[in-house]
Amino acid sequence: MTTPASATPVLQARGLVKKYGHVTALDGADFDLMPGEVLAVIGDNGAGKSSLIKALTGALQPDAGEILLDGSPVRFRSPIDARRHGIETVYQDLAVAASLDIATNMFLGRELRKPGILGSVFRLLDKKRMREESARHMADLKIGLRSLTQPVESLSGGQRQGVAVARAVAWATHVVVMDEPTAALGVKESGQVLDMIKRVRDGGTPVVLISHNMPHVFEIADRVHIQRLGRRVAQIKPGDHDMAEVVAIMTGALQVSEGKAVVADQDAAEAIGLS
Amino acid sequence: MAVMEATLPRRLITTPVAGPLAALVLACLFFGLNTGQFFTGPNFSLIIQQVMVVGTLAIGQTLIILTAGIDLSNGAIMAFGGIVMTKLAVTGGLPPLLAIAAGLAVCSAFGLVNGLLVTRISLPPFIVTLGMLNVVFALTHIYSGEQTVTGLPPLLTVLGQTFQVGQTNVTYGSLLTILLFVLFAYMLGSTAWGKHVYALGNSPEVARLTGIRTRRLTVGVYTVAGLVYGIAALLLISRTGVGDPQAGQTDNLDSITAVVLGGTSLFGGRGLVIGTLVGALIVGVFRNGLQLMGVPSIYQTLITGVLVILAVAVDQLSRRRNR
Repeated sequence: MTTPASATPVLQARGLVKKYGHVTALDGADFDLMPGEVLAVIGDNGAGKSSLIKALTGALQPDAGEILLDGSPVRFRSPIDARRHGIETVYQDLAVAASLDIATNMFLGRELRKPGILGSVFRLLDKKRMREESARHMADLKIGLRSLTQPVESLSGGQRQGVAVARAVAWATHVVVMDEPTAALGVKESGQVLDMIKRVRDGGTPVVLISHNMPHVFEIADRVHIQRLGRRVAQIKPGDHDMAEVVAIMTGALQVSEGKAVVADQDAAEAIGLS
Repeated sequence: MAVMEATLPRRLITTPVAGPLAALVLACLFFGLNTGQFFTGPNFSLIIQQVMVVGTLAIGQTLIILTAGIDLSNGAIMAFGGIVMTKLAVTGGLPPLLAIAAGLAVCSAFGLVNGLLVTRISLPPFIVTLGMLNVVFALTHIYSGEQTVTGLPPLLTVLGQTFQVGQTNVTYGSLLTILLFVLFAYMLGSTAWGKHVYALGNSPEVARLTGIRTRRLTVGVYTVAGLVYGIAALLLISRTGVGDPQAGQTDNLDSITAVVLGGTSLFGGRGLVIGTLVGALIVGVFRNGLQLMGVPSIYQTLITGVLVILAVAVDQLSRRRNR
């Protein structure tokens, strides 16, 4: 295992189990996110990737196992609950309210009101302050935009994703989780989002990245969590393995033992030309 | 890259009310040029009086349509509220203020029930309010015994009284209607509650994931709309001077017309309540202007229908271009 023994994981899971009828989505899954890293979570369809992420972000309650935040056990009853603990998630298609402007989206559900009676009695929003703070957050991530008052539906896909990421980063005190942030984007825009993820990490917030895109994973992940059949089967560093090996581990053709990939399923390994 | 704010002229052009407002101004110019009486204070006062009941109903309708819902029951709820207020005051012997309060409470309660049915049983708003339309319509006739309530105490019709602005008599009801529009424009545009209504209309899932309590918000919207229908009931009885069980039967569709003409999208999440005021005025100006020109009223209805289809077509086309 490549987990450094020195630091406490920011977010950790031990033996998560989730069953839906006969289907076992999580079969004793472990998870470790270390401070200041980008951790990619990969796995074939049905490997329990999304169940794992849902459990870690409060969208799903595991049947067994525990989740630890900074080493202390926690239970998230809902995504809102997880957010209160400083875990922000950028959902693939559910990131922003299309007709509202950037600043409003940044502060949606956490609006700032004017000080004094205007805010307390008349509930007047402090739009100026929200715009200023939004501009600051967007600038931190180097997201260039013409105007903060335009509705986000008038933005490009990458810019929209940028707004969602900026919002998550602005509020995340512990972890930012991104579910396929580049799936709907073109090459150039994907590159911008990847740069953004690096900046988030360099700003000190660890990132969990769920992605199907191996080149993206290899480009920015510090470590890769490989999920298979409801469990974590390996944690690797992208430098130690090539993409073909990682795919083989994902599909069960190879296993990781003492940091080396060894053939687990001769037929499967031969089939992909790895033996 | 620098972050700039949209300039005021730019915002005026891009606001969804720009189109409806231009249509209203053009209509006014057209009728002003064609009839001598159109551009007079009393005529404008009359137009506002004619649109204030439907306009107020349309405020509640706007709230609900912004959440991607629709309310077919608002005219019926208003009619019931009117009967409750007048009957309690006249035959029930209740002090007028209490009768008004009871009417407002009943209307709010119907809104609450609509909201609960939409959120708790996840029924489509169209179905819920279609059912409620029939239920409330029947209740109105049962409770009133098909009788129009007359001989109202003065307090129930005080909103029908007028004050003078220059040479023009303006009713207090018109003033109240305008104030309601301003209030809801403020609530939707400048409070967190308003932003949440828009977010809910854009996508309930996005709203929920940002921590907005969407079911509570939805129930709140329907209940507030019910309260607004109660105010519309008060405006109605002060204008007609009676409690009429037959009132408001087409007002549900007229209120939707006003909302749509005002540029609010039936798909939710886009639109302004001030647009609804413009939409209500467009209908009022067309009816009034065509009447002044001597056009039979059935053609007024025809033109209103064409306007609605045009408005929705423009909304659809502009949405498609945004994609």
